[in-house]
Amino acid sequence: MKELFTKSVSRNIYYGGSLFFILLFLVLTFDTHKRIPATDNRENLTEQVAHGKRLWEENNCVGCHTLLGEGAYFAPELANVYDRFGQSTDAIKAFIMSRPANGIPGRRSMPQFNFTDEELEALAQFLKYVNGIEAQNWPPNIQG
Amino acid sequence: MKYQSQAVSKLYFNAAIALFVGQIIFGVILGLQYVIGDFLFPYIPFNIARMVHTNLLIVWLLFGFMGGAYYLVPEESQRELHSVKLAKILFWVFFISGALIVLSYLLLPYQRLAELSGNAFLPTMGREFLEQPTIGKVGIVIVCLGFLYNIGMTVISGRKTVINVVLLTGLVGLALLFLFAFVNPENLVLDKYYWWWVVHLWVEGVWELILASLLAFVLIKTTGVDREVIDKWVYIIVAMALITGIIGTGHHYFFIGTPGYWLWLGSIFGALEPIPFFLMTLFAFNMVNKRRRIHANRVAVLWALGTGVMAFLGAGVWGFLHTLAPVNYYTHGTQITAAHGHMAFYGAYVMVVLCMISYAMPKLRGRVANSNKAQVVEMWSFWLMTISMVFITLFLTAAGIVQVYLQRMGDQPLPYMVVQDKLEFFYWLREAAGVVFLIGLIVYLCSFLIKGESDQHIDVSHKNPAINS
Ligand code: HEM
Ligand code: HEM
Ligand SMILES: [Fe+2]
Repeated sequence: MKELFTKSVSRNIYYGGSLFFILLFLVLTFDTHKRIPATDNRENLTEQVAHGKRLWEENNCVGCHTLLGEGAYFAPELANVYDRFGQSTDAIKAFIMSRPANGIPGRRSMPQFNFTDEELEALAQFLKYVNGIEAQNWPPNIQG
Repeated sequence: MKYQSQAVSKLYFNAAIALFVGQIIFGVILGLQYVIGDFLFPYIPFNIARMVHTNLLIVWLLFGFMGGAYYLVPEESQRELHSVKLAKILFWVFFISGALIVLSYLLLPYQRLAELSGNAFLPTMGREFLEQPTIGKVGIVIVCLGFLYNIGMTVISGRKTVINVVLLTGLVGLALLFLFAFVNPENLVLDKYYWWWVVHLWVEGVWELILASLLAFVLIKTTGVDREVIDKWVYIIVAMALITGIIGTGHHYFFIGTPGYWLWLGSIFGALEPIPFFLMTLFAFNMVNKRRRIHANRVAVLWALGTGVMAFLGAGVWGFLHTLAPVNYYTHGTQITAAHGHMAFYGAYVMVVLCMISYAMPKLRGRVANSNKAQVVEMWSFWLMTISMVFITLFLTAAGIVQVYLQRMGDQPLPYMVVQDKLEFFYWLREAAGVVFLIGLIVYLCSFLIKGESDQHIDVSHKNPAINS
């Protein structure tokens, strides 16, 4: 170590290297912004979908589920739930609606959120939109 | 303790330890909910308990970093802290608002909290680790700014050392990157893209600067090795951290709707990310081998060596395990991720904060080191917590491998919940290891109750004549 680098060489590697990679990262970020319209399903990002995303956040769904593999690992992946439920937003709504308020004895259960019809529709549309994001063929199969 | 104002760090360390206890209690609750699904339901659903567990973790580590900075910076700068009063005020602001946030998670439905705190005006809630109400995030920013001002003024007008400057850079980076917590586009892909600027660029970026400087400080103090040697190590470690870690963010841009070139960039730079952690292991052992004295505080040295080893295992080895895109394709968002998250956070950040506390706390209480008996008890807690964390990681890894195999591979993949039932055995074992961790933590607390004076340092400099070179 001490034979290889002097202190000032080490310092220069630190400052120079960091600066270079920060700039490279910013360039890549810019390029990513330019390219993602092809994959991020923005054509289906409606007002209703945005509302659904807000509901997703304000009920902390990510505290149990993953969405595109990120979140908690306590409940199923939901980025492809639209496909898994036979491409039916009605099936998604019916599932959310019918959770028992006091849970299922001894088992994991999703809370009853008492959403209105309009909120249920927004959430289902949000999950449908997420299902349309092109994520390098992830998840590997329908089970998520 | 050389400067009066260092005493303020004691407040921060005490708070850190108290919140650590809270975090682990909720960890044990979570582990139980994994096997007894309706435990505490619907009063404390899993997502609420998880939020408490992870947010307490982040907040107590921040208290630890701040306390560490308040202890280290005056000594390195060779002057008193800019303002002790400001440090005390900020402490209470941070502690009270942190406590309020956690209480509000437990006492209100999350949706109600979002409504009451006006999330609609600037929606930032409901994303993993960033669940705090927007107003709470603003509070965190204000506390960080005040803290940086205080530390910055001290550094600028005092002696500048490599440790000081690297620490300050890391803390500034921490505050700046946290601003991305306020970036929450409606476009989910972009939301995720910038979410990682907080999460990844913290733990695999600027926090490594904080880690390296805290570790270097304790090593200088306990080994008496020449500063020139330590400085070079610190520079090389933090250089490698940023050179690999910044583009390494790409290992989170594989499957979230971002362009395909991230598969290559994330895999290559992710694979290099263990380097700084490996250097830290070498660093810790090298310095201890070259030491000029056997410091009376032997348990602080144990924590320093432990940090070197466990950070490399948790971040380096368990990170490498799933950082290549073809592997991550199968392991993304499974128990493998949880296994890595636990050992990495514990091995790197929990251990370095406990190392700092172990070195500083005796001094803050007016002695060079604790009595032999107290140190032995603390060493017991070191081993209990560290070994149980190794087992938590191993059990989760086993669960993760079975999960990936049953749910994501083969012709007949099984549904998520069916697979979870089959993993029950591993989850019970994890919970048992978690209880041992909690016992280790209680032993740790007990070590503070044992009084008495320490032994003296033992000079061994004659055995290491080459130290100054
Ligand atoms: C008593 C020991 C512990 C138990 C039983 C425990 C249990 C858990 C559980 C069940 C989760 C949720 C996993 C999920 O989302 O499905 C979790 C998450 C987490 N815990 Fe712990 N925990 C313990 C100790 C710790 C410690 C000591 C740390 C920090 C060093 C920690 C850091 C975390 C982190 C960072 C997460 C989020 C994980 C991720 O997203 O990958 N836990 N813990
Ligand atoms: C001390 C440093 C580190 C800490 C505290 C840490 C912590 C974490 C945590 C908590 C997660 C889960 C995030 C989530 O909830 O989605 C995660 C994910 C990940 N980490 Fe680390 N990590 C560290 C270092 C590393 C290193 C050095 C590597 C690579 C060698 C790495 C590779 C990964 C990968 C690939 C994932 C994504 C897992 C997935 O796809 O589900 N980590 N890390
Ligand atoms: Fe990462």
